[in-house]
Amino acid sequence: MDFVRNFPAISILICMFAAIVSSGLKGRSARLLNTVLVLVVFALSLITFAWCIANGNYTVYVMGVFPAPFGNEIRFGVLESGMALFFSIIMMLSIWGGRQKMKDEVATDKEFLYYVFLNLLFSSLLALVYTNDLFTAYVFVEINTISACGIIVIRENGRTIEAGVRYMIMSLLGSGLLLLGIMMTYDITGHLLMSNIKESVEQIYTSGENLIPLVVTIALLTTGLAIKSALFPFHSWLPDAYGYSTVSSAAILSSLVSKGYIFLLIKIFYRVIGFDIIKASKLLNVLFVFGLIAMISGSMSAIRENDIRRMIAFSSIAQIGYIYMGFGMGTTAGMVASIFHILSHAATKSMLFISAIGLTDVSHGSRHFVDLTGSAHRNRIAGIGFLTGSLSMVGIPLFSGFISKLQFMDAAVSLSYRKMLPALIVLGVSTILNAIYFMKTVIRIYMPLDKLGANRAQADVATNTVPSTKRMGINGVVEENDVILFRQEKLYGFTIILFVTLNIALGVCSNTVLEWIRTGIRMFS
Amino acid sequence: MTQDEINEMLKSSAPGVVVNDEKPVRKSGFRSWLDGENDILYSHLKMKRSYEDHIKKEPTPMEHNIEKAKVRYAVYDIANNRELKIFRWVYRIAAILFCVALALALTFTVSYLPPVGDPGTPANSSEVVKRYVENGLGETGATNIVSGIILTYRAFDTFGETNVLFIATCCVMCMLLIDEKVLKGGADTDSKYEPKKDDILQITAKVLCPIIFIFGIYIILNGQLSPGGGFSGGAIMGAGLILFVSAFGFKTTQKFFNETVYKIAKITALCMYGLIGSYFYITGANGIANHIPLGIPGHILSGGIILPIDIAVGIEVACTMYAFYALFRRGGL
Repeated sequence: MDFVRNFPAISILICMFAAIVSSGLKGRSARLLNTVLVLVVFALSLITFAWCIANGNYTVYVMGVFPAPFGNEIRFGVLESGMALFFSIIMMLSIWGGRQKMKDEVATDKEFLYYVFLNLLFSSLLALVYTNDLFTAYVFVEINTISACGIIVIRENGRTIEAGVRYMIMSLLGSGLLLLGIMMTYDITGHLLMSNIKESVEQIYTSGENLIPLVVTIALLTTGLAIKSALFPFHSWLPDAYGYSTVSSAAILSSLVSKGYIFLLIKIFYRVIGFDIIKASKLLNVLFVFGLIAMISGSMSAIRENDIRRMIAFSSIAQIGYIYMGFGMGTTAGMVASIFHILSHAATKSMLFISAIGLTDVSHGSRHFVDLTGSAHRNRIAGIGFLTGSLSMVGIPLFSGFISKLQFMDAAVSLSYRKMLPALIVLGVSTILNAIYFMKTVIRIYMPLDKLGANRAQADVATNTVPSTKRMGINGVVEENDVILFRQEKLYGFTIILFVTLNIALGVCSNTVLEWIRTGIRMFS
Repeated sequence: MTQDEINEMLKSSAPGVVVNDEKPVRKSGFRSWLDGENDILYSHLKMKRSYEDHIKKEPTPMEHNIEKAKVRYAVYDIANNRELKIFRWVYRIAAILFCVALALALTFTVSYLPPVGDPGTPANSSEVVKRYVENGLGETGATNIVSGIILTYRAFDTFGETNVLFIATCCVMCMLLIDEKVLKGGADTDSKYEPKKDDILQITAKVLCPIIFIFGIYIILNGQLSPGGGFSGGAIMGAGLILFVSAFGFKTTQKFFNETVYKIAKITALCMYGLIGSYFYITGANGIANHIPLGIPGHILSGGIILPIDIAVGIEVACTMYAFYALFRRGGL
């Protein structure tokens, strides 16, 4: 069974090979290759995960002949392999969920490029999760950034190209700061391997020499990754990038790309700098405050939004705020809550994006709330997905969102009152705000069919500004071809069912998952 | 094309331009050029497109701006969007503040960093650097230690870096690639308006291209011996290809370097790198002896995996450089 050690490296490498080979294939074969690849990586990660749990300790794997500080190294324990497993599940479901829609969104002769991007994106996510070397992390951050830009701009219309450029500028700013941070780290420690840096950093911290560069380094690394994962003041690129790209891209960007960066940040906290030094540097307080602001401001923007996909995108900003607030608590409990929230948010947000596309498809492609009225009756499976996602986001028991909120509350209670009060109050307020915009949407999409005409008429009278011709065309009459049944889109329905199952599984089996996360964090440091 | 036709064209296309209608008196070539009657550019170069089309297609900068403003107006509803106005102001001020603060903080920090060139700094005195300098030659077989580090010690990083180039070309392709059928059918690309036959350029290119290619190959093959290697050599080869295509046009270049060749070259190069790399990583990690001989340092066939990887990287970089140029100019390879 010792052969399992090779699996993480193999899964990174086969993703890169698949990307290279896909660039010479036609759309269909590239799609097939991608499906096979994700399933293989899923299987490999599952075996690695089981092996890590049985093993009970982390494993160091040297990439090449030369041992760690001289060559490259990857290191994995329960948390890393679990994350890789989870990422492969979400990747698979996101791609399946958006497959039907793909032919409307991507030109057929460029479809193979989409799979090149996805495969390389996947390889970079796996490498970010597994690597134990700061510079390898940077190289794969680069790949991640460029392929993320690619999956935004591949849907060629003005908004996506604008969004892609915006994303690229902000993301490159983040990469630049990260690179500066890595350079300074190298300058003051002389190492790029995470474990060696940590030793040197401890030395620097106790001796007091080079302390100012160390603090600036920590700030640069954190800011860089915070920009890339859209923490509050740097979030303005996010709604367009998530709102107008293809549906699979939106799901992958919100639930995987930003989470990959956050996972790298966790790694930097624990493995590069050391959590005690991070805590002492007061940097976490800054993250705490920005996390709190993001929770409120993201939800406020989501409430005012009239476009369903942009609303979901704004909600991502609030959820990223939750994660950073958990970091900001500066306790292991807070960190566990944050990591659980990464899982829960990734599972929920991708489901929401994919259900939303089902709802807009049966509403003549319109994404505005008025047109979505009653759409859950026209596409029942998408309605169920959206309902589950909303309940999970708001934090209803049985779903995963409830557990993460409970964990945040739990972690907050043990803090000093100066942090506890704001954390609890903002959590409460944010939950209410979440409920407002998600329940508003759920009520609208489940509006009974027979009242539909009446509702439309009222809306028309109330808002004279709406051009009447547009309304007359629809006028509450549900056209025959506008209804999508389960048997018409089997893969889509199947994906939504898997998403719902995953969400409920995370909510119900939360104790096991939390136990894994705690073990993982112990192995981590 | 005669002088008359050109005059006609200029008149119809740009009413403001005053054109001398009188038939030019036959003078000697130099004299007429000196007097400004005969333009060497118009009388000797073949223009594929008529001048008229060209001027019609290109909007003036002002029209362009107006159209852009209209689109923005429609998309963002600028008249009624007070939020956007406020956001823009806040954004500008915040951006300036952020940049100033960042610049100040970094300048402040740099003064605290260990001095450059001091042998006692952590970066210069760590065990990693010592081993690279002392054992590098024996362990990698490369007299050029930089190649030894990037292609043997840290081969995985460099594989990632090569993939960065690959994905960058894919991104550019995704935005600029035009279907070959459309291109052949006369799509409106920049290369249509360029002069087709430039004697000076062609003769220079005939002389320079072989030299550039040989120099590029030399740099690639000598990567383990002297400064250079796949990245720099590939860039030189790419520059040679670009010079060739600007002198002789895409039609000539496509005879030996078209999309199929590009794809095959790129995929083979990257797969070769990947396979050598994977073999190296996996045998190394499992403690299996690998069968790539290091060779005698200083010989051309030395350095173990460095030489084949350099060749692969060189091909990939040359392809990337050329693909960028071709995609930006023509929208296809």
